[in-house]
Formats: sequence, C-alpha cells, structure tokens
Amino acid sequence: MPTLDLITETPLHPYASGADFPGGAGPRPIQFREALREAMAEEMRRDPRIFLMGEEVAEYNGAYKVSQGMLDEFGPKRIIDSPISENGFAGLAVGAAMYGLRPIIEFMSWSFSLVAADQILNNVPKMLYMSGGQWGCPVVFRGNDGAGGQLGSTHSWAVEGLFSNVPGVKIAIPSNPYDAKGLLKTAIRDDDPVFFLESERMLGDKAHVPAPEDGDLLVPFGEAALRSVGDACTLVSFGRPVNFCLEAAADLREKEGIEVDVLDMRTIRPLDIDAIIRSLRTTSRLVVVDQCWPFASVASEVVAQVCERAFDLLDHQPLRVNSDDVPTPYSKALEAEFLPHKGKIVAAVRKTLGYT
Amino acid sequence: MPSRPGRDSRSRRDKPEPKKPRPKAAAPRGKRPRRAAAHSPTATPRAASGAPERSMPTKTVYEGRIEHLQILDENGRLDERLAKGTLSDEDVVFLYEHMSLCRAYDEIAFKLQRSGRMGTYPQNIGQEAAAAGAGFALRKGIDWLVPCYRENAALFLHGLPMEKILLHWMGDERGNQIPEGVNILPISIPIGTHPLHAVGIAWAAKLRGEDRVAVAFFGDGATSEGDVHEALNFATVLRLPVVFFCQNNSWAISVPSSKQFLNKTVAQRALAYDAIGIQIDGNDIFASYKAMKDAMARAKEGVVTFIEAVTYRMGDHTTADDARRYRDAAELETWRQRDPLLRVRRYLTAKNKWDDAKQEAMEARHKARVGEIVKNAEGIEKPSTADIFDYTFASLPPELERQKDTMRTAGLAQHPEQERLTR
Repeated sequence: MPTLDLITETPLHPYASGADFPGGAGPRPIQFREALREAMAEEMRRDPRIFLMGEEVAEYNGAYKVSQGMLDEFGPKRIIDSPISENGFAGLAVGAAMYGLRPIIEFMSWSFSLVAADQILNNVPKMLYMSGGQWGCPVVFRGNDGAGGQLGSTHSWAVEGLFSNVPGVKIAIPSNPYDAKGLLKTAIRDDDPVFFLESERMLGDKAHVPAPEDGDLLVPFGEAALRSVGDACTLVSFGRPVNFCLEAAADLREKEGIEVDVLDMRTIRPLDIDAIIRSLRTTSRLVVVDQCWPFASVASEVVAQVCERAFDLLDHQPLRVNSDDVPTPYSKALEAEFLPHKGKIVAAVRKTLGYT
Repeated sequence: MPSRPGRDSRSRRDKPEPKKPRPKAAAPRGKRPRRAAAHSPTATPRAASGAPERSMPTKTVYEGRIEHLQILDENGRLDERLAKGTLSDEDVVFLYEHMSLCRAYDEIAFKLQRSGRMGTYPQNIGQEAAAAGAGFALRKGIDWLVPCYRENAALFLHGLPMEKILLHWMGDERGNQIPEGVNILPISIPIGTHPLHAVGIAWAAKLRGEDRVAVAFFGDGATSEGDVHEALNFATVLRLPVVFFCQNNSWAISVPSSKQFLNKTVAQRALAYDAIGIQIDGNDIFASYKAMKDAMARAKEGVVTFIEAVTYRMGDHTTADDARRYRDAAELETWRQRDPLLRVRRYLTAKNKWDDAKQEAMEARHKARVGEIVKNAEGIEKPSTADIFDYTFASLPPELERQKDTMRTAGLAQHPEQERLTR
C-alpha cells in the first residue's frame, strides 16, 4: 500500500484561529494603501539603501496615494518622480541594485510593465545566474495588477500567469492590508527580485494591522494562510479573488451548510503546495480561483502540481475558475462577469460535490 | 479590401478643401504643405484663397552641431595642438602593447571557437583603440564600466583577468564573476539594455554622494533600441555622471548603418536629450582618450556626453556569422588601411620609440602570454551539473532543492519520496 505521508505535519498558520486574522476586525483598521506605505516607510527608515521611484510617486503623492507624505519625510533623493518610461526606470533599478542599493519601483499598473519586459524578465531574474551567483538584483517592482474597474483591455493585465513562468523572480500577491504590509516588508528585505502585485480595487480596503510599535510585521514568503476552515472542498486563491472566495464560502455556509477551506497563497513563487495538499487530505476536492486567463495560468500550475503530487487524494477532478479567455472587457457589467466571482466559485464548489 | 474611411490618408487628401478663411494661428493644420516645405516646419504655405500671407515672426529655438575629432590620422601623423596634455610617449607605447595583446587574444579566441573549444566569440579586431583609449581615461577602481562585448581592451585595462572573457564564451557563467574592486559589470548580451544599468549605477553613486562616473559601452545598432534613448533621457533629466560611448562599427550584424538610421551621425541622437554629442575617429587612440577625458570632466558637473567612435568591425559579428557573405571585400580593405594599431606603430616608429626588433620581441611575449591565458581558462574545473540550480536565487528554494536532489527525475512539485507511489 503506497504511503501518502509526503507532507511534513506543520501547524496551520495562526490566521486560522489567531486574533490577527486579516480582514478581520481589530483596534487598528488601516487601508491597504496605508499598509503598503507603512511597509515602505518603516523599511526606508531602517535601511538607507532603499529608494522609491516611479511615475508620480513624489510630488503628486502617488497616482493612487500609496506614497502619500513620503516625499516630505524622505526627500527627493529617495522618493523620485520618473519620466513616463517604465523600461527606463526598471533598467535604472537594475544598475542601482547591482551597485548595492535596494530600489522599490512603482509601476502605476503592471499593465505598463510590459514595455519593460526585457529589463524585468531578461535582465532582473538572470543577473545572478549569469554571473555565477555574484550579481544579485534585489529590486521590488510593485503596482496595480488585474482589472482595475473599467480600464479596458490594455490597462487590465493580470500578469501573474505570464510572469510566474520565469525562473528567478519571487511573486507576492496579497489579498488584504495585513499581508500587504507584512509581505512588502519581506519583499524589500529579500535578496532576490520580487514582483509585488497589488490591486487598485483593494487599495481602499480596511483591516486591522498591528501597530508598528508592536514589532516588525513580516509575513514569510511561501506560506499560505488558511482563511476559512471547512471539510467539503479546498478553495485555493491569491490576491483579490481570495476575497471572492471568502464571499462564496460565507454564502455556501449560510445557504447550504457547506464548509470549505479557503487557502490564501500570498506568494505565487514560491508556491506553498504543501499547504494545499494538507488541506486536500481533509477535503479531497479542489477549486483554484485565479484572476488571470485560464490557458497556462497559475491555476493550471496548481492543478498540475496537485495531480503530480497527490492524485490519489482527489475525489473529483480539480476545477479552475479563471477570468474568461478573452481580453478584459471595458463594459462594467461585462468586466464583472468576465472575472472570477462569487457565483462562479459557488457553482464550481457545488460541482465538485456532485450537486447539479 | 475596402479602405477604411478616416484611416487612409489618400482619401483625406483627395477631399476638396473647404473654402473658408484660414485661421490666424501659424501652424497650418487642414492642408499639408507640399514636399518642399517638409523639412521646414515653420514655413507657411500660401493660403488657399491666394490672399497675402500673414507674416508670423519665427525664430530658431534650437540648433545642433556635431564635431568630429581626429588627432592621429591613419598615416600616423599627430595633430600636436589637439594632442597636448593627452597621452605621453610612454602611454602610447603602453597602449600599443596592450592593444596588440588584445589583438593576439582575439585571434586565439577565434581559433578556439573554430576548433570547438569555445561556444561563440565576438571578435574585437579593429576596435581596440576606441575601447583602450576610452578605458585609459577612466579611473581604475573608481569609475564604472558597463560594457557589451567589444570592449575587451578597456576591461583588461581595468583589471578584469583575461581568463574571464574566455571563460564566459566557453560557457561558464563564472566568467562573469568580477573580482572585488574591479568596477565592471558583466558583459551585456542583450543589445542596448545595459546603458540603463550604467544610469542606475550613476544614480546610486550620486545618491551616496560619491565621485564616480559610469560609462556605458554599446554599438551603433543599439541606438535603434528604445532603451538607449530612455537611458539618455534619464541621464540628462536626473543630471547623472554618465558617459555614453558608442562604437559605430558600421554594421549591426549584417545590417549596415545606412539601413539602421538615416541620421548622418549617431552622436546627433544625443542632442535631442540635451546631452553633448561628439563624433570621433574611433581608430584613433588619442581622440578616444581625449573625448573620454573631456566627457569625464563634464560628467562630474552632471553634463552627459555621448561619444560616437567611428570604427570598423574588421571581423565577423560573432563566430556564428560570416561577413564575407554580405560585405564588400574592398570596404574591408579600405578599413585595413585605417587599422588602429597600424597608425600607432607608424607614429611610434617615426618618433623612434618603436622598431621591428621591439615588435618581434613583443609578439613573442604576447604569444606566450595568450597561450598561458588559454591554458588557465581551460584549466578551470568545469561546472558540475548540480550547479544548474545554484544561482537562480540568493538561496536555494525548496522546490529547486527537490529538483537538485533528484537531478530532475521528478517534476517541479514532486518529492523524491513520491517514487514510492508509482512502484
């Protein structure tokens, strides 16, 4: 009889039961954008090598007010307005990082990072490898990812599927203010390049985040958080759609008494596949919810890894809920339907349970 | 297929102009001036009505000029006035020997490739003076060189061990490990992406208040890439201590400059960014040195210089290329007469600083030295297959550790233990 004891038993992340449950209530609710700002400001106070560069980050306080007040505190040498030249400042960051600085590069949108593709995909992740381990490139690239709300096809890129195919970068994608702060601080301290995917649609979301005086909030990479507990099915997601999964979980619980695990991956690279398999040992059913397009998506990768690793655990074929395989629509109604949403997720979960 | 209305310029032009009085603004919008006016954006075409033209005051708001600098001509004659304060006789002898060594190195590297001992190699032959002169003007251990692959002569001057370049082209990434204190970035293989890295280094140096200049070395082909233009824009707008050193060797692989750009000089591209643009004879070691020296002084003031060194790629693009298939033999012959080494030898010989005996002794010395370098490079232990995984991240993540453990017998997610499942 083959053994399935492949996963080291480690305790679930304290989120599952602890007081700091992100998205939960607490004495110090702050916005997602404030959490990002706190992370950058705290790290910049700690480490003089860090600077922030991007379009409108200084005088205008950021196109989305993430960097509000940072110019006043850190001055124009560390908070720098750049020309509209993503490839330019991405490349500048490479040089500065190789020289020993720790650049944070803000893309107003990850959609605009495509013009910097050679720098961020062909230079950043390969420098260390191509120099036999000598020239690391510790840059944090951050900005809005995914459909921003009627921004049209060209400005609504979800880059996680595209970029996670590239070895040599880490990809963090928080779903809530707590993780936004904790993951960004970890990203800034990381010796490798990190792509940090935020969402314009979440910047105003509020949740309790511990006060800075209570210690450094560092969320480790490669550790998923269990955000809802159940035994019927495992919902795996990352970034903004985690919130849709939580809505779906609440709906399923209230209307049908179905309890599901919701796993927030928090980083795509590294991917905490162990946590998924741990959950599947209870649920035996998997739905992966991913805002990028279905073909060769992160969801596809999760499904493939689960099948390679723990096929025997499954009682139903794994399902994916992605955005539809078309460019992001401009119409408000079409965009909402195009994205993964509660209705699609509920339907997928019910399908794995054999409900019609 | 029917033409789409509004997209086809012809359909718009064929439309009769509405007879209405010309608006008083100077810029004509509705009707395009005829050919003759195409190069003069301020010229006002006659109004359609035939009424007397309103004369608007125009003024020149920008004028550009590119100077060409040559100090040592191809016959070895030196312009003493321009050469003043540049290279001493000792410097020239030193550089001549250095360039000759680089040429010997280049020849042996070519042979190594041809005999299957090296993957690919881009020859530097013919471009030694541009790189050596510029490199000689930079401060060793202070300024930064951000090279592509035709600046060996500059890199070796700045302390890059000569084995490193061979190692790199033999396919060992450790060839790009740069010794501590040597201010050189690994050679950039993508075309034109690295001038931005030089800009980043200059930015970092400025942020730290250090007196350093970063120099980006690239070719004429790279100036057709957006990155170079973005680098120029950043360098000037942030007033960074950067020098752009473009070796215009006439060929971007098989594409001649004439098919790369219409501008008469590459240097004039810099003017658009308010950088100083200068063209030099790139086969003239004096001009290369002086242009870089002057550029360095400006760089410290935050003024960016773009140097176009006109030279010639006497070899193929790389060993994967055969220039004889697209290049006129006569053209190559013309440039052989302008060989950067030849003219220095003539110059030194005329000054009684060089003779055939010295030449012969030097060649023997270099032959031995290059042999030694090849031996050293080939003597370095080959990378182990397990090294495949080691340098992707600063520390090995668990999934790569798994792959390394199993040496890819398992997929990305698989665990060595899982083999038990398949038995």
